[in-house]
Amino acid sequence: MENPIRVTSVTGTTPGSSALPRGAEAGSKGAGTAELKLRASNLNFFYGKFQALHDINLDIHENRVTAFIGPSGCGKSTFLRTLNRMHEMVRNTRVEGEVELDGQDIFGLEVSQLRRRVGMVFQKSNPFPKSIFDNVAYGLRVNGFAGGKPLHDAVESSLRRAALWEEVKDKLNDSAYSLSGGQQQRLCIARALAVNPEVLLLDEPCSALDPIATAKIEDLIFQLKDSCTLVIVTHNMQQAARVAEYTGFFLLGRLVEFDKTTTIFKNPAQKETEDYVTGRFG
Amino acid sequence: METSEISTNRARSPERARRFSDRLASGDTAANLIVFLAAASIVFITSWIVFELYRNSAASRHEFGWSFLTGSSWDPVNEHYGALPFIYGTIVTSALALLMAIPFGVGAAIFLAELAPPRISNALTFLIELLAAVPSVIYGLLGIFVLVPMLKSAEPAIRATLGFLPFFKGPFYGVSLLAAGFVLAVMIVPFIISISREVLLAVPADQREAALALGATKWESTWDIVVPFAGKGIVGSIFLALARSLGETMAVTMVIGNTPQISMSLFAPGYSIAAVIANEFAEASSEMLRSTLIELGMVLFALTFLINGFARILIITTSKKGNAT
Repeated sequence: MENPIRVTSVTGTTPGSSALPRGAEAGSKGAGTAELKLRASNLNFFYGKFQALHDINLDIHENRVTAFIGPSGCGKSTFLRTLNRMHEMVRNTRVEGEVELDGQDIFGLEVSQLRRRVGMVFQKSNPFPKSIFDNVAYGLRVNGFAGGKPLHDAVESSLRRAALWEEVKDKLNDSAYSLSGGQQQRLCIARALAVNPEVLLLDEPCSALDPIATAKIEDLIFQLKDSCTLVIVTHNMQQAARVAEYTGFFLLGRLVEFDKTTTIFKNPAQKETEDYVTGRFG
Repeated sequence: METSEISTNRARSPERARRFSDRLASGDTAANLIVFLAAASIVFITSWIVFELYRNSAASRHEFGWSFLTGSSWDPVNEHYGALPFIYGTIVTSALALLMAIPFGVGAAIFLAELAPPRISNALTFLIELLAAVPSVIYGLLGIFVLVPMLKSAEPAIRATLGFLPFFKGPFYGVSLLAAGFVLAVMIVPFIISISREVLLAVPADQREAALALGATKWESTWDIVVPFAGKGIVGSIFLALARSLGETMAVTMVIGNTPQISMSLFAPGYSIAAVIANEFAEASSEMLRSTLIELGMVLFALTFLINGFARILIITTSKKGNAT
């Protein structure tokens, strides 16, 4: 069960007290896991015979923003989708290794239960062809929330958390498709927040948005980390630098380096990381 | 000399360019014209059919007027004809067929599109498309020799369970509205399955992902999100199936009993518009009967037109409502 090759030991730096060496955590579980939310151990991922992820070891901390950067096809999105088992949508995929959520093996959890706790926002905003209200209410209804005032309040608070309430409060019954691209993406965030996820996975949430809409989503990410743990995949290195406390750099299916964001960008331990963050390739 | 050569070159190249652009423009015009004519021919053929039906039914229209639609006599001796029993038989058998085919067809489509492994789904779809290609006379034969005896042996059970309903009263000889409904249901199910499956497969994966990521189960995401998203296409498949069942001739005439009467009971024999045209036209020696059959054809045309128009309106209004609520 113990795994000596932790990412922290690969990078040779210890990013603060939160990323404890594994042995120490196993010894004092109560204190050590308080900040640890998700842990991937020896994670390998296969699309058929093609191995997309090689031996990923990574800790994600509670109420922090963790970003994954890397060139296209490096496996960062695949890794993100493994965290709430979204990869099971795709046939012929296979996972080896462990992912633990609060110390529980996610592959042992009921999948819909896991996804309620680990929500996801996608690259392309994908509202349902329903009203704004019903989009946010859907997750609540699926999770056994009856209608009426409590539902309405929950929808309102989710829209407020996603900083969309003021823009849509007078047209909750309009189609979600009547919103702009940035608003649709914030609606998708509100929809994901409505079920109160402990972790929110964001898969390149701003890649289709203009700079102003992007800035709004980044502000939102900043506010949300008080109430949940965020993991974001991004093509945009500046975005990772702006929003994330921790950053992981993926290359060709391997996690090259994982550390505090400032370390990754200012003082990376690996040559590949330095080349990538300074724009020499990728 | 050199300069003159250059000048001719200069003169030639814009000319060539112009000719090329001319060719492009005229080619476009010709292509536009061809596809326009192809589209226009649809309008032309449809109007021509209506015109010919109208023209050739003149005698019958003059004789019976609007009461043709409400009359229920079929009296070749006195040459007095009414269309109501045929309209009734056509609508009842088609409605019965839809009632049976919709849950079955949509259910099978959901299984094939959402749950079955692709290899099984493709193999089954191939079989289903074969089923759609079986000639209707074969369905009619199977109706007579297999379905009708089966219904006869099931009759006591039907009477025992559903006999209190007015739909299952009176004597039962096998050939009946019920038998015709069954045969039609079997014939139209492949259409519903095949088209609905295509439409369900075309629902973007991100819709499923969005629902699943909220903690919806596979079935919840299918039923709440994917099926409504495909709703318009599924309704379209149902109406295509309905159009086929309204016009189905051979299989229906073999099992419906060919009796022009209006009976509440599905056990009773009936008649459909397409069936009566097929059965009577060979012996339509009198001008009046021939004209009447053509008017019946016009009625069937109008019926199909009305139902399809109604379906269109239904789809438009429900899709608007779907956006609003």
